[in-house]
Amino acid sequence: MPLLDVKDLKTYFRTDDGIVHAVDGVSFSVEKGKTLAIVGESGCGKSVTCMTIMGLNAKRNTITEGQAIFKDRDLLKIDPDELRKIRGNEISMIFQDPMTSLNPVYTIGAQLREAVQLHENVSKQVANSRSVEMLKAVAIPRAETRMDDYPHQFSGGMRQRVMIAMALVNNPDLLIADEPTTALDVTTQAQILKLMNQLQRDFGSAIILVTHDLGVVAETADDVMVMYAAKAVEKGGYEDIFYRPEHPYTWGLLGSLPRLVAEGADLKPIPGTPPSLLQPPSGCRFHLRCTYAFSPCVPDVPELLPVGGESASDHAVACHLEPEFRRRESHDLLHEVMAEQQV
Amino acid sequence: MVRYVIRRLLWAVVLFIAVTLLTFIMFYVIPVNPAAMVAGKAATPAMIKQVTHDLYLDRPLYVQYGHFMKELVWNHSLGYSYGNRQSVNSIIEKAAPVTAAVVFGGAILWLLVAIPVGIYSALRPRSKGDRVAMVGVLAGISAHPVWVGYMLSLIVGYKLNLLPIQGYCNLRGASAGQSCGGPYDWFMHMLLPWITFAILYSAFYVRMIRSSVMETLNEDYVRTARAKGAPERTVIRRHALRNAMLPVVTMLGMDIALALGGAVFVEIVFGLPGLGYWAIQSVFTFDLPIVIGTVIFASIMVIIFNLLIDLLYAVIDPRIRLA
Amino acid sequence: MLEEPLLKVENLEKHFPITRGIIFQKEIGRVRAVDGVSFSVNKGETLGVVGESGCGKSTMARCVMRLLDPTGGKVTFDGQDITNIKGNDLFKVRREMMMVFQDPYASLNPRKRVGSIVGEALEVHKMGTAAEIKRKVQDLLEVVGLNPEHYNRFPFEFSGGQRQRIGVARALAVRPKLIVCDEPVSALDVSVQAQILNLLKRLQDEFDLTYVFIAHDLDVVRHISNRVAVMYLGKVVEVGEGSQLYNRPLHPYSGALLSAVPVPNPNVARNRKPIVLEGDVPSPINPPSACRFHPRCPRFQAGVCDVDEPQLTEREAGHEVACHYPLETWPMADLRLEPGRVAAS
Repeated sequence: MPLLDVKDLKTYFRTDDGIVHAVDGVSFSVEKGKTLAIVGESGCGKSVTCMTIMGLNAKRNTITEGQAIFKDRDLLKIDPDELRKIRGNEISMIFQDPMTSLNPVYTIGAQLREAVQLHENVSKQVANSRSVEMLKAVAIPRAETRMDDYPHQFSGGMRQRVMIAMALVNNPDLLIADEPTTALDVTTQAQILKLMNQLQRDFGSAIILVTHDLGVVAETADDVMVMYAAKAVEKGGYEDIFYRPEHPYTWGLLGSLPRLVAEGADLKPIPGTPPSLLQPPSGCRFHLRCTYAFSPCVPDVPELLPVGGESASDHAVACHLEPEFRRRESHDLLHEVMAEQQV
Repeated sequence: MVRYVIRRLLWAVVLFIAVTLLTFIMFYVIPVNPAAMVAGKAATPAMIKQVTHDLYLDRPLYVQYGHFMKELVWNHSLGYSYGNRQSVNSIIEKAAPVTAAVVFGGAILWLLVAIPVGIYSALRPRSKGDRVAMVGVLAGISAHPVWVGYMLSLIVGYKLNLLPIQGYCNLRGASAGQSCGGPYDWFMHMLLPWITFAILYSAFYVRMIRSSVMETLNEDYVRTARAKGAPERTVIRRHALRNAMLPVVTMLGMDIALALGGAVFVEIVFGLPGLGYWAIQSVFTFDLPIVIGTVIFASIMVIIFNLLIDLLYAVIDPRIRLA
Repeated sequence: MLEEPLLKVENLEKHFPITRGIIFQKEIGRVRAVDGVSFSVNKGETLGVVGESGCGKSTMARCVMRLLDPTGGKVTFDGQDITNIKGNDLFKVRREMMMVFQDPYASLNPRKRVGSIVGEALEVHKMGTAAEIKRKVQDLLEVVGLNPEHYNRFPFEFSGGQRQRIGVARALAVRPKLIVCDEPVSALDVSVQAQILNLLKRLQDEFDLTYVFIAHDLDVVRHISNRVAVMYLGKVVEVGEGSQLYNRPLHPYSGALLSAVPVPNPNVARNRKPIVLEGDVPSPINPPSACRFHPRCPRFQAGVCDVDEPQLTEREAGHEVACHYPLETWPMADLRLEPGRVAAS
């Protein structure tokens, strides 16, 4: 049984301009100790999906539907106080910008201790020693003394380590990381990714990794879900997505990467720009930008169906194109580049 | 931290010199001959000349300033009124507590109103309560304190006869020539001025606190606190409010300091002999030493309060303390 | 005889003083944002500049553009020393070099129409009558892939990618010889980023442009550049042809940087052993002595790297590196971190 099972999740925001369909029927599951990467461009609903699971959207203007079953409880239906007890304890979250995610007026120590004491009735000393342990686990030098420092005395990479320490201090079953390395430099990013991999091995937490960077996905993910305009367009194991992608949008993402294009060749970008979620396009939401679009794509919403018709397959795609055609195109577009790189 | 304090103190000295010099120049270039006023109506030209000399008025401006500063710094003397030869110090000594009573009492009142209302509005934007508060804010900002003051004394004081219409009573007890005194009388006489004074400021502060809290609630670290599983009360109290109060503290310091220089409207409307009242009176009679005295006193207050606020800020915000 | 480079930068320095004091400001230190940078850019080529935040790449660009006044060094553009020129001379040079900025949301005036944003430089430099300018601007919009009818729209009506096209059109309007692009695609989504990169490449061929392309994304820089310079803490540590530098980096920092970039190919990504640097980039206020990379360098040799500053020297044709112990092997799999026999000689 998966650790988290999300079914037909919908999150709509009421705004002055109308209803924004930020997440529109997304289903996925996260296995114990595994990493699920949610990939997509800005505004595709990947972050909102996580915020909804955590119950962190503003209640005033949000409409939520669907199910998110976590250890026999539906996170979308349980009492807010019950959900609060899960947050930061059984499910933790880290965010994109470590520079603003820590409260500037409290010491790192105070913020870490708070995370412990919110969920467990322990003394300040116990909370303190657990916090120091955690800072050591995320490789912050001189952890004891640094407990008394304020966030502005840490660099960006160090702050993200503190955020990770704070998220893991209660040993959660699931860690949601929303673009955890996007605001960091590449060498710092490498440090943080390495740390997250290592901590996952040590602590056995499952991870939902939200990112726009396919490189990060390739480095860390077990399973991948590609989102476009509030819907999942393709889902599968990492090898499915990188070596046998079947959705034209996934092809477009891979074709936009300079690393995957032969030297001197042009990139193969996706034309146009992502649609507005106030009035999403009819049928397949990608049809306006899809070079393969044909008549059924405009009226009919494609279902996310297992590739090859086997319902047991983890690899699923939402596209009207003939499976045989998709397979051929996928092979032609990507196989050579990927194969070449394997040297 | 020590460095920070020293730096602020040095700044205060520089500011003080700049302010006194400017006021001095501004008032002494007004073409009035104060010596004639001081010497009185029946003065002979010789007497006027003597007085001019005594007052240093026949010397160049920088000598006058030097003399003025010497008196101020060595003898802590602001000079003597041209009108009745009273020392300006004694006038300010009497007037300052009145103004302080108006300002501090008013500030307490406006904070008592503005903090809860502002926070409530920020937590429930667009709710009925918020809308009522915002209409109130608009009314409070639009209504001129003089009008509010007269309306209050007309209705509450004159028609309903609940509170005294105007005048000031000593807190310690009645002094010679006064009909009232003691804490109760003092309090009753101050109530209307406080309310008048607080209406405008609470309107401003409700609006400011509301936007500051709303902004802070959108900060990433507030989201982090929620993600940690902190209950909403803790999120607001511990994580949002402390940060949201930073700009409020700054404004409060500025506003109190400025008001100490003379809560002019309120003092005039309610006939309170505070600094603003004296300043206005003296402007009409060209009694320049008193005008300069009140201006300088106000500037000193602004400087001192700025200093206090800066230090308070350093206590609240570690980024400043450790910079 | 080699052709004279279009842009030549020699020993460029930009220091920002840190002062203390109330009336009398005393300099107590300086941020050495750019500290002795030399490179040249030939006509028609693209020089990529990579480095992490705070390495001085943007400051360097602004000094070259004379948006900041350099503290020291020399900038030669098209044979003319532009380091200290002023007034009319500078005005004339400004027409020849243009800049494309990172943030397509902040770098366009929200209250101006697209037509006047793109046409502004034409007006300033008096390059035609109003009607001519309008026609030119409409042509430009078409060239960068926008609809000429968008002439009268405001920036907020466009998406990020379209705004960056407007930014490119603006830079292109006066037909400059050099365009300095400062992180032009880092605020954009991958699919849109690819569109802009293709556009820049096409324009380079069409208008015979020379680019200095600054970015932190190594893959992007590799894709668009002929030659690449790597900066660390205000210095260029390595410069070479794209294929040289990416296939066989010599400086340990370049190696670390390259190996830190996530590879969007799982089998490659999971089978390599990247050099993960420890610690953070030091402050440019008190940079480390001699080789600035020495405190983090896996090949650090005490008594050499922290004493003797390595100069940029040519190791192979067109490939310069500032290091006493350059990497001998690549790729990462068989990279030995300890320097072998003293390679510096």
